Amino acid sequence: MQPYLSNEDRFKNFAFILPALLIFSVFYIYPFFYSLALSMYHGDGISKLTFVGFANFREVLFLDKEWWRAMYNAGFITFWALTFQNILALCLAMAVDRVTRTAKIYRVIFFLLPVISEIIIGLLMREMLKSDPGVFNQILNRLGLSGFAADWLGEGPGTKVLLTTALVHCWKGFGWAFVIILAGLQTIPEQLYEASRIDGANAWHRFTKITVPLLMPVLALVFILTILGTMQAFAMILALTRGAGGLTEVPVMRIYDHLRGSQVGLACAEGVVLGMLLVLVSLATLYISKQIRQRFGVLSN
Amino acid sequence: MKLHRYLIVIVASVLLTGCCCKKPAQPKIVVWYWMNDREQAFNELAQNYFSATGVTVEFKLLSFPDIYAQKVRAAARAGTLPDIFGILGEKSQMVSFIKGGYLVDLTNEMEKDGAAWKNSFYKQTLDVVAFPAANSYGVAGGIYGVPIDTTAMEFIYNKKLLKTAGLDTPPKTLDEMISYVKKVQEKNPEVYGFSCGWGETWLINCLAVEWAINVMGEEKFLKTIEGKVPYTDHDWIEVFSLFTKLRGSGILAPNITTMVNKESEDLFAKDKAVFSFNGTWSVNVYNGLNKDLDYAYFALPKVSEKNKIKIWGGAGSSFMVNSKSADKEKAVAFLKWITEPKQQKFLADKTSNLPAVKLDDKELPPRLEAVMSGLNDLTHPNTWPVNEDSRVTEILNKDLQQIVMGLKTPQDAAKEVQEVKERIAK
Repeated sequence: MQPYLSNEDRFKNFAFILPALLIFSVFYIYPFFYSLALSMYHGDGISKLTFVGFANFREVLFLDKEWWRAMYNAGFITFWALTFQNILALCLAMAVDRVTRTAKIYRVIFFLLPVISEIIIGLLMREMLKSDPGVFNQILNRLGLSGFAADWLGEGPGTKVLLTTALVHCWKGFGWAFVIILAGLQTIPEQLYEASRIDGANAWHRFTKITVPLLMPVLALVFILTILGTMQAFAMILALTRGAGGLTEVPVMRIYDHLRGSQVGLACAEGVVLGMLLVLVSLATLYISKQIRQRFGVLSN
Repeated sequence: MKLHRYLIVIVASVLLTGCCCKKPAQPKIVVWYWMNDREQAFNELAQNYFSATGVTVEFKLLSFPDIYAQKVRAAARAGTLPDIFGILGEKSQMVSFIKGGYLVDLTNEMEKDGAAWKNSFYKQTLDVVAFPAANSYGVAGGIYGVPIDTTAMEFIYNKKLLKTAGLDTPPKTLDEMISYVKKVQEKNPEVYGFSCGWGETWLINCLAVEWAINVMGEEKFLKTIEGKVPYTDHDWIEVFSLFTKLRGSGILAPNITTMVNKESEDLFAKDKAVFSFNGTWSVNVYNGLNKDLDYAYFALPKVSEKNKIKIWGGAGSSFMVNSKSADKEKAVAFLKWITEPKQQKFLADKTSNLPAVKLDDKELPPRLEAVMSGLNDLTHPNTWPVNEDSRVTEILNKDLQQIVMGLKTPQDAAKEVQEVKERIAK
C-alpha cells in the first residue's frame, strides 16, 4: 500500500530535490534542447539564424566524408582502448589485487596519469615522440630495442600517427579502468576462490568461471566509460598531432572547428549525432553484458 | 523596539554616507585584447592617455586567441561586450557582428577633416576592416574597425647558416631556395631546410594562396572562389604540385604537418632551420628566444614569372567599437589617439610590429625595413570581394597537408577539393 503523504510532505520532498533539479535543468536539459534546436539553423548565433530544417543532419550523415573519417579515427582509438587499454588494466588490477603491502602505492602510481591534464600529456608525449630530438627513440636505442624505433608522428605512407595517438590515449587512460576493475575484484568473496581450489579448479577456470562473470557489471561499466571517453577524446589529440591533416582528426575536433568557424548549427548537429550514437552503443553494451551474465547464470532469467 | 530604531538609524546613516560621498563617475573605457606581447606597452599607453585626457583606459588581456574569440562571441550574445574589442577569424565573423548591430560604422569619423584619419593608414591594412559599398556579404559598405598594426607573412632566412655555404643573398625562386638548402646541408648536415607550423592549417593556406596568386594571378584565383574556375584547373594542379616538390626535395623539417608555429619558431631561433615562413610579429618572438639570431626577411620565392607576387597580410590586430557602449564616442577618440604617429611609433618600438599607419622608414624597427617595400602588394581574404566557404578551405588545407605527407597526389587533392566545392554550391 502506498504510504500517505500530506501536501506539506510532498512540498518538503520536492524542496529537497529542487536545487539538484534546477542545476540539472539549467546545465544539462536546457543546453541539450537548445543544441537540438540550434542544429536546425544555419548561422553563428550573433547575427540572425536561418532555419534550415534537417539540412545540417543530412550534411553530417550523408554528405560529409570527413565526419565519417573522424568517426573511423575515433573508432580505431576506441578499439585499442577497449582491448589493449582494458586488458592491461585488468591484468594489472589482478596483479595488484594479490599484493597486500604495496597495493596503495601502485594505485597512486597508476591513477596519476588520468588526473594529469590531457593537454599536458599531449605536449609531453609530442616532445618525447617527435623526430627531433627523438627522446623516445633514443630510449629504445639505449635499451637495445633500436629495431622498434620509428617515426611515431610520421608523415610518410603507412604512417603510424593514428596508432601512436591510440597508444598514447591508452597509456593516459588505463588508470581509470585499473582503479574501477580493482574495486570490482575486491568485492568478489575470497571464499569462492577457496572453494573452487578445493574442487580442483585451476587458475584459468577460476578466472573464467568466477572472476569474469562476477566482474561483468564492472567490466560493462568500464567498457561504456571507455567508449564514451574515447569517442569524445579531443584535447590530448589536439596537443599531440593537431589532427595531422585529418589522419587523427576525431569528431569533437570537427565540432570545435565548426564552432570556431561560425557554423554553430552544423556543430550542434554533429554533437547530436555523436551523442545519439554513443547512447545507442552504450545501450548495446549494457544489453550484451546482461546476456553474458545470464549465460553464466549470474543473473537469473 | 529600541533595537528597531537603532537599526533604522544605522541603515539610514550608511545610505546617506553613501550619497554624500559618491564621487562623480570617472570616464572609463574597457578594451579586451589577446596579444600577450603587448601588455606593458598598452598599459603605458593607457597611463599616457589618462594624463592627456583624464579618461581611464582599462586594457584587459584575454589570451589565448581561441579563448578570446569565444569570449567575445559569448559576450556579444549575452550583451556584455566591452567598449572596444577585436574580432578574430574570417571576415564572415565580422559580417555577423555587423549584421547583429554590434559594431560602430567609423566611416564618418575616418572621412572627417579631408579623410585625415583614413589616409593615415596603409590602404591594404585598412581594407581588412572595410567593406565596399557593393559587397557579396550583404552588409552596408563602411569601415568597421581600426587597425593598430600591420602583419605580412614573409619568408625568413638564417644569415649565419647561409654564410657557412658562402651565400650572402636570399633565394629569389623556389628552385634556388632548394639548392641553397642543399649547399647549407653539405656544411651543416644536422640542420633542416625549411620549418613552418603547418599543423596550424592556416599557415599552409597562406603559402598556398601566395603561390596560387603567383601562378594564376589574383583575378583567376578569385574566380576559383566564385566557382568560375575549378580547383582541377591546370594552374591549381601546379600549385598543389609545388607542395609535392617541397616534399620530394627533402628540405622540410620532420613532423612539419603536426608542428605548431611555436615549435617552428623554436627550431628557427636555435639555428636548426635555414628557412622559415612566418608573420612579421616573429621579430619579437625571435628576440625573446635568441637575441643573437642572425636572420632577415625576404620576398616569397617565385614559382612563376607570369604574375606579380602578392604577400598574405594586412591588418594584424584591429579593434572595433561596441555600438551598444555608452562611451562609444570616447572609445573612438581613444582609437584615434592610439593610431597617431607618436603612439604607433611607440608600439612599433616596444613590440617590433609593423605600424598600421604610414611612418618614415627610419622610424621603424630595423629588421622590418626590408618588409616595408612589400606592403603595397599585400593580399588578405578580408580584402577579397568573395570568400571561400570554410568547408572548402578546410579540405584544401587538409589535402595540402596530406600532399606534404606523401599521402595524396596533386590530382587527387584537386579532385577532392572540387567535389566539396560543388557539393556546397548545390
